[in-house]
Amino acid sequence: MNAETTTNAVHCSAIRKSFGSGETRTEVLRGIDFTASRGEMTFLVGPSGCGKTTLISIIAGLLTADEGHVSLFGEDLSALSPREQILFRRRNLGFVFQQYNLLPSLTAAENAAVPLLAAGMNRKTAVARASEMLDQLGLGHRVSAMPRVLSGGQQQRVALARALVHEPRLIVCDEPTAALDHKSGESVMNLLATSAVHPDRAVLVVTHDNRVFHFAHQIAHMDDGVITHVEQQALNSRLQSSPS
Amino acid sequence: MNFVAFRMLIGDRAKYLGLIFAVAFSTFLLENQTSIFANLMKRTGNQIGDVTDADIWVMDPQTRYFDETKALKDTDLPRVRGVEGVDYAVRLFKSNPVARTESGTFAACSVIGIDEATLAGAPRRMVLGDWHDLYKPNSIIIDKAGYLMLFPDQPLELGRVLELNDHRVTLVGISDAMPAFVSFPIVHARYSEALAFQGRQRQQLSFVLVRAKPGIDHDTLAARITSETGLKALTTDQFRAASMRYYLANTGIPVNFGITIAVATIVGLVVSGQTFYLFTVENLRQFGALKAIGVTNLRLLAMILLQAAVVWFVGTSFGTALTATFFNITLQKVATRHMVLLWESAAGVAVFMLIVVLISSAAGLRKVWKLEPAEVFR
Repeated sequence: MNAETTTNAVHCSAIRKSFGSGETRTEVLRGIDFTASRGEMTFLVGPSGCGKTTLISIIAGLLTADEGHVSLFGEDLSALSPREQILFRRRNLGFVFQQYNLLPSLTAAENAAVPLLAAGMNRKTAVARASEMLDQLGLGHRVSAMPRVLSGGQQQRVALARALVHEPRLIVCDEPTAALDHKSGESVMNLLATSAVHPDRAVLVVTHDNRVFHFAHQIAHMDDGVITHVEQQALNSRLQSSPS
Repeated sequence: MNFVAFRMLIGDRAKYLGLIFAVAFSTFLLENQTSIFANLMKRTGNQIGDVTDADIWVMDPQTRYFDETKALKDTDLPRVRGVEGVDYAVRLFKSNPVARTESGTFAACSVIGIDEATLAGAPRRMVLGDWHDLYKPNSIIIDKAGYLMLFPDQPLELGRVLELNDHRVTLVGISDAMPAFVSFPIVHARYSEALAFQGRQRQQLSFVLVRAKPGIDHDTLAARITSETGLKALTTDQFRAASMRYYLANTGIPVNFGITIAVATIVGLVVSGQTFYLFTVENLRQFGALKAIGVTNLRLLAMILLQAAVVWFVGTSFGTALTATFFNITLQKVATRHMVLLWESAAGVAVFMLIVVLISSAAGLRKVWKLEPAEVFR
């Protein structure tokens, strides 16, 4: 399959994954078929322990499936060597974590610049580009701030800048609003919808915060290791124009 | 990413200073104890090294070190002189009479009796006076530390009178002798006068000092003297080493210092190692996030090694500076004069601390290496 022509950003087929062995063996994913398209925000929702995090870990190449195939933008991840997977991830994926995972000793701009630094870009250029990204996300005035002086919403915006700065093709977000109050969560989701969604990019969000479901183009409901049903949502006026 | 590693390291000041302190403290302990031990052992041969007129020391075969001698016979001197390759051979007598000053201060001394005619074996480094004045009757030279012991808080002054086993002698010079292992005042006198201080014994010759003829190999000559006279003949370096070996083998000093050094080593390993290991482990989540973002294990290895190198360099530098300051202060005191931080000790400890830091970073690195990047989602 040609990586540039496929409309699917993420395609999973018959994914199975279990942990442990013998009597303690637990099958977490039990034959998942799943697709996420470019230019869309796809939510994976479901109760705790249903396998959402395991599934995005496999999609992001952080875990290996026991069975099944994952392809991202037409590239079969299982065909890549471990090193090629890392390089693929570095080039094509951006991450937003529930606990932000910012480096506490780096400024906001330096944190946002980490993917560029990891790719070998020199520090000055990387930090300048990260500062521009922070500016686009409404944090231009806090580029030199340390994470400890930023609010939860601001820290998540820095994490978003870090996920976007190297222009990846897939953004993977794990419970991006779980640690935020409703207003901050809404603001972060707004930014995600306005800044991250792009015709050549897909956004995959794991959440069980039903207050933000209206941002999704597609919602895949999971339960007990399988996708029970998928809803398509029409775009509406949910997006607000400016971040708060 | 080196910049990220460096900022991760120094970002938490308390942790960073804790790491530096642990390495610096261990470095200080190890350099301090190993240097004092080595300096102390060096002192066991200092009186031998101070005699610059001898290439070879001849002694009774049962004599093992400088401070405990079995006397030679007077006839041994001409026998040694008769060995081919000997330029000259002179007597040296060593005893430990008690010196008493007019004020009543007294101390056991290490008296060196040197050849009457040549004054071979006289101290050459003088603080005050001239060693040639030993030719004067009833004259002695005393080392500066000994002078300060017998005449505390008094200025250095020649012409002072003191008694050595009831013999009145006049101070004609103050030498700058290297400190001996035993902190007795070191007194130099002519041979006949040194014998008189001690009192008559049947045999009184402690050593024969030999100067080799130019071009004669000292080891070869020492071996020849031994084979022709049956006496023990050692070069200056060999005799210093033999004296040091005696103290190492027959005193509790190596055990005492060994225990202290072992404790310092364990403290170094445990404190420095554990602190650095915990530093890495506490940052596991951050390393996990970096792995997820696409930083390779090799890059993380380089980052941790950079952190280890910085901690090692700053910590050992600071510890070495502390040790140097310590020795600079103690250098001014009479009892600890000439005790210095040895470069061998500094280099050895630096290598040891590097190994400690590398081992502890390897332990932390193992965790980072095996860390599943998916852990950051948990």
